Amino acid sequence: MTTAAQVLSQFQATGVETCFHDRHIDPQIYAGLNGSNWRLQDYEARGGYQALKKILGKDGGEGLNQDQVIATVKESGLRGRGGAGFPTGLKWSFMPRQFPGQKYLVCNSDEGEPGTCKDRDILMFNPHIVIEGMIIAGFAMGISVGYNYIHGEIFQVYERFEAALEEARAAGYLGSNILGSNFSFQLHAHHGFGAYICGEETALLESLEGKKGQPRFKPPFPASFGLYGKPTTINNTETFAAVPWIIRNGGAAYLACGKPNNGGTKIFSVSGDVERPGNYEIPLGTPFAKLLELAGGVRKGRQLKAVIPGGSSSPVLPASVIMECTMDYDSIAKAGSMLGSGAVIVMDDSRCMVESLKRLSYFYMHESCGQCTPCREGTGWLWRLVDRIHRGEGRPADMDLLDNVASNIMGRTICALGDAAAMPVRAMLKHYRHEFAAMIRTTSPQATTSA
Amino acid sequence: MISEATKARFAREVAKYPAEQKQSAVMACLAIVQQEQGYVSQESEAGIAEYLGMPEIAVHEVTTFYNMYNQQPVGKYKLNVCTNLPCLLRDGGKALEHLEHKLGIAAGETTADGMFTLQECECLGACADAPVMLVNDRSMCSFMSGEKLDQLVDNLRTAEGK
Repeated sequence: MTTAAQVLSQFQATGVETCFHDRHIDPQIYAGLNGSNWRLQDYEARGGYQALKKILGKDGGEGLNQDQVIATVKESGLRGRGGAGFPTGLKWSFMPRQFPGQKYLVCNSDEGEPGTCKDRDILMFNPHIVIEGMIIAGFAMGISVGYNYIHGEIFQVYERFEAALEEARAAGYLGSNILGSNFSFQLHAHHGFGAYICGEETALLESLEGKKGQPRFKPPFPASFGLYGKPTTINNTETFAAVPWIIRNGGAAYLACGKPNNGGTKIFSVSGDVERPGNYEIPLGTPFAKLLELAGGVRKGRQLKAVIPGGSSSPVLPASVIMECTMDYDSIAKAGSMLGSGAVIVMDDSRCMVESLKRLSYFYMHESCGQCTPCREGTGWLWRLVDRIHRGEGRPADMDLLDNVASNIMGRTICALGDAAAMPVRAMLKHYRHEFAAMIRTTSPQATTSA
Repeated sequence: MISEATKARFAREVAKYPAEQKQSAVMACLAIVQQEQGYVSQESEAGIAEYLGMPEIAVHEVTTFYNMYNQQPVGKYKLNVCTNLPCLLRDGGKALEHLEHKLGIAAGETTADGMFTLQECECLGACADAPVMLVNDRSMCSFMSGEKLDQLVDNLRTAEGK
């Protein structure tokens, strides 16, 4: 007799399709993983915790001080992997290290940006790399307590991370007087329970405090007023995961992996109309065409139409534009979009852009936290307008109205969700206005523009 | 009433936070109650409020803000199918329709025998595995073709003796 738990386990991902393939290029974070080697001893066999030993002087060397660690991260050119691409070393230098009270370190593993699924594979198959990165960050900024906030929907990953934390504590890598040094660091896992907005750093902090996840006004920034009102540094999972390699090999070596101002490797989650969706770790600056090839190319018999290059919030780019891009912050920004979280959503020539935008607009309406009027009301307007056009009931003025509503949301909200809802609308109208126009009946009986 | 065994699970969560910040454990406590009872009742919210020393309304605010808390009883198996764009491009919408036909209910409904509740949901964060479905908040099911969905439903029914 098969139990329900056994039935469900048969459908669990193995990671073979998304992570354990040989189609990464010079991987650092995903290197050598196979799904069964996530444990502490396996991580150590891959060189794990050597960076921590190096900074603490437990590898026979002199050790590094806080300034040296931060300088190394600055030199590496590492930029935040969660979406904004802010230089990590610079962020770390904002932490008031001499602040006498408690300070906090937070890892943002609330991976909910549609298209993004890279942190899930890091935490599931290589959890200790994040733990080590966080310990090093704690050391560099003089922080003694950290939390990893994990997306509620990936509960098995949360349980895996907790198991890894137990291993690290038992081995003396976490806790008081780590490896016999005078540095102490406690780390805990916290799970969300379904709220896209909690990926926004101040909403995440509110949620971590046990409240509704509604973003805070900035300033004050988390570096001065963060978790429980204390100085706090928040980085993405992949950002922390990059740190051990940088400490072991040096900042210059990391920078050399990518291109100037865009150091290192980056994991891209490729989804949509490709033959082999999955996560691909490649050096920043790799041509998009190469990434597409790694993902098996566009679905058989189809042509590339468009790509959303950095998660659902980033502006869509037509095939002709993205095929000329390299995958790094600067190239994608120059093309008019954002590298974001590295979620590459591929669409082929069979796709209707009105329908695609309709689904995204519904998402932003659903996930608006309701705090700011332009976002709460505006995301509803956007969805109703796109839905009306998609149902063939659009009016000639609707395209201008859509653009008007979108531009009235942008820049008028506490957090970036409003912008995230508006940007896809404006980009879709810019590049695919003819598809919207074709769906709008020119003989519409109603001339009014109210939504 | 919250049992002693449940309180022991709560205590493990509370221990992660500073002593004066017990409220931080509210999301975990609510998830634990939901796992044990299937949903979050007003009584459970009151029990958690008392345990964590926070106002009952503050607990209710959390229950109602986050998508995954069940504010009413659901079927024995809650099936959440993602239909966000990356999944939609890989038949996430078809997966939802397939289950609607298979179970004879619309999204948002529960089967008459109380076995399955079907819900459409937002990004589960497993886009490259599309179509994906989350069962009872904790089990992610990947690459859910029509055939696999049939297997899952049939095998769960068999496991439950139905």
